[in-house]
Amino acid sequence: MLTSKKFNRFATIFLAILVCLTVFPILLIVMASITDENTLLREGYSLFPSKFSAGAYYYIIQQGAMIFRAYGVTIFTTLIGTVISLMLTTMLAYPMSRKSFKYSNALSFFVFFTMLFNGGIVPSYIIWTRLFHIKNTIFALILPNYLVSAVNVILVKNYYSNNVPDALIEAAQIDGAKEMQIFWKIMFPLAKPVVATIALFTGLSYWNDWTNGLYYIDDAKLYSVQLLLMKIMNNVDMLKSNISLGGAGEALAQVPGTSVRMAIAVIGVLPIMVIYPFIQKYLIKGVVVGAVKG
Amino acid sequence: MQTKVKEKKSTRQKTAPLFLIALPGIVYLLINNYLPMAGLFLAFKRYNFMKGIFSSDWCGFDNFKFLFTTKDAWIMTRNTILYNLAFIILGTAMSILIAILLCELGQKLRAKLFQSVLILPNMLSWVIVSFVVFAILNADSGFINNAILKPLGIEGVSWYTFTGAWPIILIITNLWKSAGYSSIVYMAGISGIDKSLYESAALDGATKLQQIKNITLPMLKPTVITMTIMSVGRMFYSDFGLFYQVPQNSGALFPVTQTIDTYVYRGLMENNNIGMSSAAGFYQSIIGFILVLAANAIVRKLDRDNAMF
Repeated sequence: MLTSKKFNRFATIFLAILVCLTVFPILLIVMASITDENTLLREGYSLFPSKFSAGAYYYIIQQGAMIFRAYGVTIFTTLIGTVISLMLTTMLAYPMSRKSFKYSNALSFFVFFTMLFNGGIVPSYIIWTRLFHIKNTIFALILPNYLVSAVNVILVKNYYSNNVPDALIEAAQIDGAKEMQIFWKIMFPLAKPVVATIALFTGLSYWNDWTNGLYYIDDAKLYSVQLLLMKIMNNVDMLKSNISLGGAGEALAQVPGTSVRMAIAVIGVLPIMVIYPFIQKYLIKGVVVGAVKG
Repeated sequence: MQTKVKEKKSTRQKTAPLFLIALPGIVYLLINNYLPMAGLFLAFKRYNFMKGIFSSDWCGFDNFKFLFTTKDAWIMTRNTILYNLAFIILGTAMSILIAILLCELGQKLRAKLFQSVLILPNMLSWVIVSFVVFAILNADSGFINNAILKPLGIEGVSWYTFTGAWPIILIITNLWKSAGYSSIVYMAGISGIDKSLYESAALDGATKLQQIKNITLPMLKPTVITMTIMSVGRMFYSDFGLFYQVPQNSGALFPVTQTIDTYVYRGLMENNNIGMSSAAGFYQSIIGFILVLAANAIVRKLDRDNAMF
């Protein structure tokens, strides 16, 4: 018979194994990035390499103008994209939540329908490139796909409907506040808890995005971290050729290929690892709220 | 009469500013979502880059005829559906198992620690995941060939051309990335179950397994059904990153990695075959739409509260 205590022990052991399997491949990359290049080629990826080297990171710091640039692009698009997204989302949600707004139902349907049906990437691509000419501009990394998500709008709308009493808005109106003022001074600050969650998810999707870059960016100057990583993975020599454009010269003969690639991957995830413990709580809360009523 | 006019004016005054606040978002959705919907008609045209969307010539169902006479149409449809089925079945089972075990550990520190680690892969982009997979599968120095097969005296396998292995690799990769994250929803479900049910079951001498079988699983059933049907509604879609970047766009693997999403991408960006690509996109949009509507209709029958509309 399976007693409570035994089951508890089973849970611990089983989950511990699962945790090891989850961490193992990530650790493998981290170790590879600090393994001596020749050792890596000779012995392969290992958690316990025979010879360590900080060469890959040293190399990145010295030659990695392109990597730092990609970081700049990613940080810029993440910040700007998230801020604009939060504004558009709350500004759509507020009128939807107002019972006295004649078109609130029509507007809700307009937003909601985008969850059910979409035109797909071919028309989107042609519209963004032929009509708006965003190819190879920074806009390509901000505008398509992520600015307004129906799920987020509905989350904020429900938050307003459930937490902000009509009397509050009426009182403000009696005091002579205009709609715009009511939104900025009262409603936007009130949405703080739900906005924090949305900011998190939106920020993550901008940080991790590489598909917008894949479709719309050819110019290496506008590579984001993820896109750069993707290009590096798909083409080993690309890194060498592009860094040489940055003026690295003949030192390229001994580019420590594999370990540098892994080091860049580590640098790519590092910011997420660092903030992860702080955001985890909101993340879990967001999933629960979003899943219960999407 | 006069009051009516006044009322009309005052509602307009109330409507206009609210409409203005919503306007930027409306414009964005029109451009980003509605314009492409309208652009679906492109599937019935012979797209000419010089002429643009509107002036390209109509060609009726030609694009579809070409698409469905190729083997590709069958392969990508089969792959998309079968992988989704595997993800739904195995993913749900795995997430529920993780959720039950994590809840069993309750508030213990190790439960929090375990959960943090299990959710972590979901924060990584598919590009990073492709590096992770590469470290394991890479033919020359990858972990499997070097650390497992070599000591056993087995010759290394060229994983990125070995089609037989990829259904399993993709399924494991997907579970690795998302099972921990999906378990959050089920954990919320389990923590909502009345504790006294377990107490009285324990008093009656029910074992842990009996409690799980007779209390936890039945109580989770509505959540499982809703989540499953929602995934069924998305069965015509796939994670582009998983099927394109993780196998490193390897041509040898197309028979087992091509999904509708990768096909559309390759047609549009790599093979310059916009006709086929837009036909496949149209096919995905329409069937996807029907599946979402059907899935929702079923949820609504079973459990009104969880329906989307």
